[in-house]
Amino acid sequence: MEFDVVSLSRLQFAMTALYHFLFVPLTLGLSVIVAIMETVYVMTGRAIWRDMTKFWGTLFGINFVLGVATGITMEFQFGMNWSYYSHYVGDIFGAPLAIEGLMAFFLEATFVGLFFFGWDRMSKLGHLATAWAVAAGSNFSALWILIANGWMQNPVGASFNPATMRMEIDDFFEVIVNPVAQAKFVHTVSAGYVTAAIFVLGVSAWYMLKGRHIPLARRSMAVAASFGLLSSLSVVVLGDESGYLATEHQKMKLAAIEGMWETEPAPASFTAIGFPNQETRETQHVLQIPAALGLIATRSLNTEVPGIRDLVKSAEGRIRSGIQAYDALQAIRAARGVEAAGPAVREAFEANGRNLGYAYLLKRYVDDPRQATPEQIAQAAWDTVPQVAPLFWSFRLMVGLGIFFILLLGTFFYLASRHQLERRRWLLWVAVFAIPTPWIAAELGWVVAEFGRQPWIIEGVLPTAIAASSLGISDLLITLAGFVLFYSVLFIIEMGLMLQAIRKGPQFGHTTLPPRPAAPAAPLPGAVPAE
Amino acid sequence: MILHELLDYTTLRLIWWVVLGVLLIGFAVTDGFDMGVGALLPFVGRTDVERRIAINTIGPVWEGNQVWFILGGGAIFAAWPPLYAISFSGFYLAMFVVLAALILRPVGFKYRSKRPGARWRQGWDWALFTGGFVPALIFGVAVGNVLQGVPFRLDDDLRVFYEGSFFGLLNPFALLCGLLSVAMLVMHGSAWLSFKAEGMVARRARSYGSLAALATIVLFALGGLALWLFVDGYRIASAVVTDGPSNPLMKAVARDGMAWFANYAARPWLLVAPALGFLGALLAFLGLRAGREGLTLLASGLSVFGVIATVGVSMFPFILPSSLDPRSSVTVWDSSSSHQTLFIMLVSTVIFLPIILAYTAWVYRVLWGKVGEAMVQDEAGHSY
Repeated sequence: MEFDVVSLSRLQFAMTALYHFLFVPLTLGLSVIVAIMETVYVMTGRAIWRDMTKFWGTLFGINFVLGVATGITMEFQFGMNWSYYSHYVGDIFGAPLAIEGLMAFFLEATFVGLFFFGWDRMSKLGHLATAWAVAAGSNFSALWILIANGWMQNPVGASFNPATMRMEIDDFFEVIVNPVAQAKFVHTVSAGYVTAAIFVLGVSAWYMLKGRHIPLARRSMAVAASFGLLSSLSVVVLGDESGYLATEHQKMKLAAIEGMWETEPAPASFTAIGFPNQETRETQHVLQIPAALGLIATRSLNTEVPGIRDLVKSAEGRIRSGIQAYDALQAIRAARGVEAAGPAVREAFEANGRNLGYAYLLKRYVDDPRQATPEQIAQAAWDTVPQVAPLFWSFRLMVGLGIFFILLLGTFFYLASRHQLERRRWLLWVAVFAIPTPWIAAELGWVVAEFGRQPWIIEGVLPTAIAASSLGISDLLITLAGFVLFYSVLFIIEMGLMLQAIRKGPQFGHTTLPPRPAAPAAPLPGAVPAE
Repeated sequence: MILHELLDYTTLRLIWWVVLGVLLIGFAVTDGFDMGVGALLPFVGRTDVERRIAINTIGPVWEGNQVWFILGGGAIFAAWPPLYAISFSGFYLAMFVVLAALILRPVGFKYRSKRPGARWRQGWDWALFTGGFVPALIFGVAVGNVLQGVPFRLDDDLRVFYEGSFFGLLNPFALLCGLLSVAMLVMHGSAWLSFKAEGMVARRARSYGSLAALATIVLFALGGLALWLFVDGYRIASAVVTDGPSNPLMKAVARDGMAWFANYAARPWLLVAPALGFLGALLAFLGLRAGREGLTLLASGLSVFGVIATVGVSMFPFILPSSLDPRSSVTVWDSSSSHQTLFIMLVSTVIFLPIILAYTAWVYRVLWGKVGEAMVQDEAGHSY
């Protein structure tokens, strides 16, 4: 890896984002599981369910706070490290981030305090509404951030404005209903649910193995297994791949994931194992499953899945078109306006404007894209291919883990329904050791999504290489070292507290609170609780 | 979508300038007392129980308060992308320090009481102090630099180049603003503690708070004087186009010694802002002496409002002037999002902000009442 501002900025963003996402999936899922447990408590009035709510709530709290804390970095890092990106797409990308704050962050952050401090200050139903408000807030937050990320993968509803030299919004509704964003939201949220389910399952299994807190562990496992099984099926069925045919580069990402250099006649086969080689541009020693890829990716038997070489050819055409857009843009700016530049320039810009970003791919080789040689254009076209091998393997590992989750949760669901959870100790150990695996799958998922989008920061619109801030190397080395050090210390502390809380176990005993007058009606989750 | 034509671009930009102010003031008023309490923690609390009382006055609410800061970042990104791009990359290392301090704070609140050890807790006390004091200082220093102009320029592609250094930020005027910011938030934090805490913590908060209120008055006056004597303002030297495309390079800007006072000369009623800054602090001082807790909190909040509004009003229409290349300066009229984005964001704000204020008020009501020793010592309690 080169030691320049762009690479260091990428490294810092990848590190801080992946670190942030160590805490997010558990927040997403555990907030819902805790709210489910409290719902059972309010409906049945049985104290064990309140103890479960409080116990898992404590673990939720230790995790939640680091999710919030590391999220602060994310909100500001676009401006700090990616200032040209922020200028170029802030008109579109900023909006979901701000709405996320308005709709989600306030909701979860305001009610999370009440969740922990308000047990003795409110009615049962009021407190239950608080728990659901926290869960709703976390999940809304995932919705808006994935709308923002989905737009980076598939930038719909916006166009370039020469007067402001940036992308501006045409149709915000299109940004919201972006199919890539919607697929990502369901996929990510379900993955969070699976993470929390396996966490609850594993910790409960450990209690069973130690013979401690059996009633709590048994019920927790039943909740986790059923909730988790449903979620893990949804992760796979509504997997991310459904969005992969939306655009040219999503197709490129798919082809890279499959290590598929040549276009295959429909329906394409799925490469289960193989060794992609970026140098020779082929994938060696392949083991293929006939027709499977065509079925997964296109949901049909007769739609073609294009290979890398064909997509590069198409990218080359778009670069040539982008050069014309760039030329027209210079004429527009020299004339100080689209109108003043004359009809020929306007037509050229209208015809080629959507490929302007492809001309910027040449900035790596030449200052003025119009001066590029055919070799440089060919080189830039090949730059649109992401690193195939890491994508190929990350994806397979992630999918493999996904299948493992279904089997694990399915097994425990079956055992829970037969009341045989404690019988097979080796299975309980499997559940304990499975605790870290959903995190591995989730992080790999982000590697596939973001690494697979390279060389673009906004697909087809803005290359990563020109999006960074004009910072000094020393600035970046200081903050990178600072984050590594600071985040490592926080991680050790968090793990220590988490393990301490688990070892200590639930602390509340089966005491009941003095009865309180029941509230007239339960407010809906996410709505403003009534007085 | 024609709907956004309902409000013209100029009006929307003006509204978003006000919303930016509301968010920053909302942050300073709500999270401000959290930072003040953090900065006061080692002083108002001498024993572990006292410190826990102080921490638990803000325990249930700091998390929501902090969202004002995060939302401020998001709203600047959405409504003023050039401001977001220029300020955070320009103040890069200062921002890193702020982030680190603000990350320490939530962790400190949540983790401090998870273990009984004295060293563990003392460590977190210093983390909480840092998380309160350092951001308060740096935000003030940043404002001090913005008032003087920041050394950045934009090239033809509107790419930002920043030519200052981290230590260049620490000039005398900026440090004066930093101290004002600390004094103001300590005053506000004290007002909160005297309102929410019982016993020695409240008593000590009252004496620190009176000092801080006096310091706020003196430093605010000194800041105004220094601005008058030593700091050049900026004004738009070309025709002012309020509904043109958001491209800062299309105007001409001149430095002008008195420019930061011109708005008051043109509209004397704007002097309400600095007057509130002084009056609020004075009332807070008197309230702390007289033990009028509710009044004090309101007065210190008004003072915070007045001081921040003064900065905004003085600079209008400038938001982030450039000392290196004045025409690159970010102003209300040439650095916003598109007409449509401003409208969409306004609709979202109008829908969600009242809901947020309603449930926040409800939560504060549920948590109404003083925090004292009995409450933090209660084993069945849920305090930090």
